Amino acid sequence: MIKSDFWRAFVRNKGAVLGLVILVAIVVLAVFASVFFPGDPWEMATAPFQPPLSEDALLGSDMLGRDIASGIAHGARVSLLIGLTSTAAALAIGVTLGALAGFHGGKVDDAIMRFTELFQTIPNFVLAVVLVAIFTPSLTTIVAAIAIVSWPPLARLARAEFLSLRTREFVQAAITTGQSNSTIILRQILPNSLSPIIVSASLMVATAILLESSLSFLGLGDPNAMSWGYMIGAARTVIRQAWWMSVFPGLAIVLTVLALNLVGEGLNDALNPKLARSRG
Amino acid sequence: MTRRLSGIPASLQRGFTRGFHRAAAAGLLAAALAIPGTAALVAAPAMAQETPVRGGVLNSIVQPEPPTLMLGLNQQGPTQTVAGKIYQGLLTYDRKLTPMPSLAESWTVSPDGLTYTFKLYQNVKWHDGKPFSAADVVFSTSKFLMEVHPRARAVFSRCESIKALDDHTVEFKLKEPFPAFIQAFEVSSAPIVPAHIYEGSDYRANPANTTPIGTGPFKLKEWVKGSHIQLVRNEDYYKKDLPYLDGITFRVIPDAASRSLALESGQVQQTQYSDLEPFEVPRMKTLPNVTLTTEGYEFVAPMAWLEINHRVKPLDDKRFRKAIAYAIDRKFIRDKIWFGLGRVPTGPVNSVVKFYDPKVTTYEPSPDKAKALLDEMGLKPDAKGVRATVKLMPMPYGETWTRLGEYLKQALGKVGVAVVLESTDAAGWAQRVANWDYEITTNFLYQYGDPALGVARTYISSNIRKGVLFTNTMGYSNPKVDELFDQASRENDPAKRQEQYSEVQRILSDDLPVVWLLEMEFPTFLDKRVKNANTTAIGVNDTYESVWLAK
Repeated sequence: MIKSDFWRAFVRNKGAVLGLVILVAIVVLAVFASVFFPGDPWEMATAPFQPPLSEDALLGSDMLGRDIASGIAHGARVSLLIGLTSTAAALAIGVTLGALAGFHGGKVDDAIMRFTELFQTIPNFVLAVVLVAIFTPSLTTIVAAIAIVSWPPLARLARAEFLSLRTREFVQAAITTGQSNSTIILRQILPNSLSPIIVSASLMVATAILLESSLSFLGLGDPNAMSWGYMIGAARTVIRQAWWMSVFPGLAIVLTVLALNLVGEGLNDALNPKLARSRG
Repeated sequence: MTRRLSGIPASLQRGFTRGFHRAAAAGLLAAALAIPGTAALVAAPAMAQETPVRGGVLNSIVQPEPPTLMLGLNQQGPTQTVAGKIYQGLLTYDRKLTPMPSLAESWTVSPDGLTYTFKLYQNVKWHDGKPFSAADVVFSTSKFLMEVHPRARAVFSRCESIKALDDHTVEFKLKEPFPAFIQAFEVSSAPIVPAHIYEGSDYRANPANTTPIGTGPFKLKEWVKGSHIQLVRNEDYYKKDLPYLDGITFRVIPDAASRSLALESGQVQQTQYSDLEPFEVPRMKTLPNVTLTTEGYEFVAPMAWLEINHRVKPLDDKRFRKAIAYAIDRKFIRDKIWFGLGRVPTGPVNSVVKFYDPKVTTYEPSPDKAKALLDEMGLKPDAKGVRATVKLMPMPYGETWTRLGEYLKQALGKVGVAVVLESTDAAGWAQRVANWDYEITTNFLYQYGDPALGVARTYISSNIRKGVLFTNTMGYSNPKVDELFDQASRENDPAKRQEQYSEVQRILSDDLPVVWLLEMEFPTFLDKRVKNANTTAIGVNDTYESVWLAK
């Protein structure tokens, strides 16, 4: 019943459906990258500087003769992997801190929120660059850096939800029946505050992919992993001779981020039906 | 075309040129001058036609902006290019590295190779008007440079005495013969600084460091940090009527794309060293208003290599290093990564450096030979085809070096040597290499014209010095190599020296302490109106006293 309501609300948003289709296509591309493009994306498979629609490079080759199409497929893996894992990590930090602050209030809330503000006052990207530069670029450090700069909004969101839900009757009832704090947080409040968190998490995946691309663009990506940002960063210097090297990975980023945003909006409509209807 | 031109009498040519499009004529002449065989023939008529004219300001680029222009204290590339117009050495060198006069008018070397006597030019004045004399040379070489300039210290500490015989004569007496000594008087190797300003002061903290006082044809007028460095004509220059230019302005342009644009638009008339990235060169080469040359870097003669830490297994085994050499296609590196700039090296010595010998073991790309060597070592491929895993930390000097790292990873991967790339920033790289905290890295060093000055330092075991960059950071040690380098540095007979250096090159190319990748060439772009620039082995770092701009 709930499920079909959700889907009905979701498909009412045509953009969301389009986003979902694109996203599924990208996920398929990422999952089957090794099937579509067997071999290493770093492999210098053909002559350098081949334009698109060449014999053995559909989207052209880069300055060392690496296949752009293969790079995009394998790059999708890295982008999605980093997007998802760093969002998961950010969720873990953000929701935990937000929940504790919102549930306990008082001094705990004060302490956690001041700590959160500390992170919010530092520009996201700058902090990420510094963290990655200090801990040497690798997939793990990039995921960690993105998670560390992304959790504060989630913490604030979770806190707000918990603050308002804590005063509701069902929570009061749970307290009176003597349930433990952790049970109340995990079993009672969290499930009821999930929808806004899911919506912002879906948007955060998009932000994380952009952050990773920006880091790689600046040469702070994992040097052993092919990624879209790296492809653009490496190709920007020859953009006047070889547009295809940066345009195709650029399109891949645009499409992925757009798709995630559309899906996020669709989720918002579906999970907050009141809002969606009032908007007409 | 050029040959025909050279046969035409000068007067006729002048008339011919007048009715001709100016730029085309200039181009023809530049071409005529560039062909070595005809240069001598053409020289006379060309001079008659192309009389240098006074005036004009040459615009160039300085990148990155130097920390100081006090050349004695700082010899980074950009400092040299700018300060080479302000300061002078005793000598400069032609393309074949033969010494030529700069502050010294003439010089003699005693037959035993122990005494070098330099006659200095008369009437030389410092930019503050004080007279220049032999005392300045003695102060610079025996005190100033000994304290602040490591490369000069290594050379001048070989002197038993440095004396001024009179106001315009300096005598260097060596403890033992060191024939490379005569190659050590180039402006960045031994810049002459004013004794009356520095004597008795704290050299590094001297307030005059911000307003360099030299003897060169150009003086510092203005330095707007982040914008430009303006040099103006030294009206008191000791050579009559020189320099021709009214001044030289170096613009600070940090963005690579803007630098190419500046040359394209004619905002600057000269770019040098790494101002333009190699990938820009093929495109810029086709511009109608500029010419490209890769000459003028014979003195620095950079050599790029794969630096291998011999303290790490299996890198200590020369069969492994040979396998690496066989796995790499150096022609690909030159053509695809450096876009055709540079030469494929044969051994440790750059082919433009003295005593270069091509008769050494060379390594043509052959993955099969590489695999055979690895098999011989007992490094068999595992299930994934991996025989060994090494860490490669590419030099963080921009795009090209990053591409090189990526190429090496692939090339070595093909023979079963898995490469994990490590990335660092410039400071981190320098620190890790100097402290031997690396497995493989890419690096390049200048060779300074003579193996004793720029090659030996990489391979002799006495130069294994922890914490110091550009030493024998690999930890390579071969007593025979030490002995040969030592003997050759003291050998007065050029034929014997050649034998010793040839032998050491043969040993090194078989031991393969590093894997030489590229004899690097830098592109110099000059606007076709710029004449007489870049004529020596010092190239763009020379004084530019006789450079002039065609109207």
